[in-house]
Amino acid sequence: MPWDRNQMAARAAQELEDGMYVNLGIGIPTLVANYVGDKDITLQSENGMLGMGPFPIEGDEDADLINAGKQTITELDRTAYFDSAMSFGMIRGGKIAAAILGAMEVGENGDLANWMIPGKLVKGMGGAMDLVAGVGRVIVVMDHTNKHGESKVLKSCTLPLTGKGVVNRIITNLGVLDVVEGGLRLVECADGVTEEELRAATEATLV
Amino acid sequence: MKKVYGSAAEALEGVLSDGMLIASGGFGLCGIPELLLQAIKENGAKNLTFASNNAGVDDFGIGILLQTRQVKKMISSYVGENAEFMRQYLSGELELEFNPQGTLAERMRAGGCGIPGFYTKTGVGTVIADGKEVKTFNGEEYILEEGIFADLSIVKAWKADETGNLIFRKTARNFNPPAAMCGKVCIVEVEEIVPTGSLDPDMIHLPGIYVHRIIQGEHEKRIEQRTVRQREG
Repeated sequence: MPWDRNQMAARAAQELEDGMYVNLGIGIPTLVANYVGDKDITLQSENGMLGMGPFPIEGDEDADLINAGKQTITELDRTAYFDSAMSFGMIRGGKIAAAILGAMEVGENGDLANWMIPGKLVKGMGGAMDLVAGVGRVIVVMDHTNKHGESKVLKSCTLPLTGKGVVNRIITNLGVLDVVEGGLRLVECADGVTEEELRAATEATLV
Repeated sequence: MKKVYGSAAEALEGVLSDGMLIASGGFGLCGIPELLLQAIKENGAKNLTFASNNAGVDDFGIGILLQTRQVKKMISSYVGENAEFMRQYLSGELELEFNPQGTLAERMRAGGCGIPGFYTKTGVGTVIADGKEVKTFNGEEYILEEGIFADLSIVKAWKADETGNLIFRKTARNFNPPAAMCGKVCIVEVEEIVPTGSLDPDMIHLPGIYVHRIIQGEHEKRIEQRTVRQREG
């Protein structure tokens, strides 16, 4: 059985180490926060906050306290607020240890596409280009194939790039892959997924 | 010099005109200068360019100026919450320049600091780099981005004193300080103007040197995505 959303998030949480400052993207990456356990992780929200807390109890919502997905959230004892220039200063400056984010396509050279589909609705890149250019480690969490069953793990991205050669590790519903010299290296398969199945769903070169 | 004005309309008098480049604070609907945007709508100034991270929603934020066709161009990082924006953009009525969010913030900050250009890794190898100078530092490529020098800044803070020293609240700070810094004239709207001397000078987020006009008013502060959790136990 391939991993479900929560199992992918749980696997991604294993990438995080005590003391890390981390930025989580929208979607499955947001769920990673539920699986960090006892590890001392500080979450950054790029609209200007370190130490992001959980959603508020109903009635405690504060219009002045949202995350980068525009959802109401809460603060923690360690929370600090700052402006957008400083927020992206710490991102671009390499102070954020890791970003976990979703993707439409990943290339075997570490290229990432996750911000636009030409001819369809164009929403914008938000902070994704800055994050992948600046943080220490970029971990992509996504389904291995799209809804037509086509691989999203490609030799070369077809969509406009978010970043060139920026991805370090890919966690999909089928397993975990690392971007290495010459292609992707299989790290592990999801429980009950065979290497054959993973290879069949992968267009990229596995080395 | 008197900085406190009676209303948003009054504060815009003699400052707002057609064709201006306006830098606006806010992220989504959080910390947006909603009173000044409403007053710009009522003023009717046209052909405006906005440097603003987002374009609001259809009936709030910059969205209200799209409905009245007062906006010629947006410089933004994400505009996905606004159907009218999409319609005008896809039909060619509205120009759009996408900037990565950090590049936009730094362009504003740089403009406010007298820095006309800076090099960044963000966007290297993407369409954002098209037509931009590439320079190599320590073996890595960077692209040249330009500072934003706006004609007018409109921002929202929590509190101001009468000299324009500002305090923001939580994540409503976001783009407001860099937007405030990059304008020739900066108008700020606050929830409360307090007597000069009552703010702790060590706790000022943005000093009044960046602020030219101040208004106080009631804010709707709309929430875009209300997310909550169950009370435990």
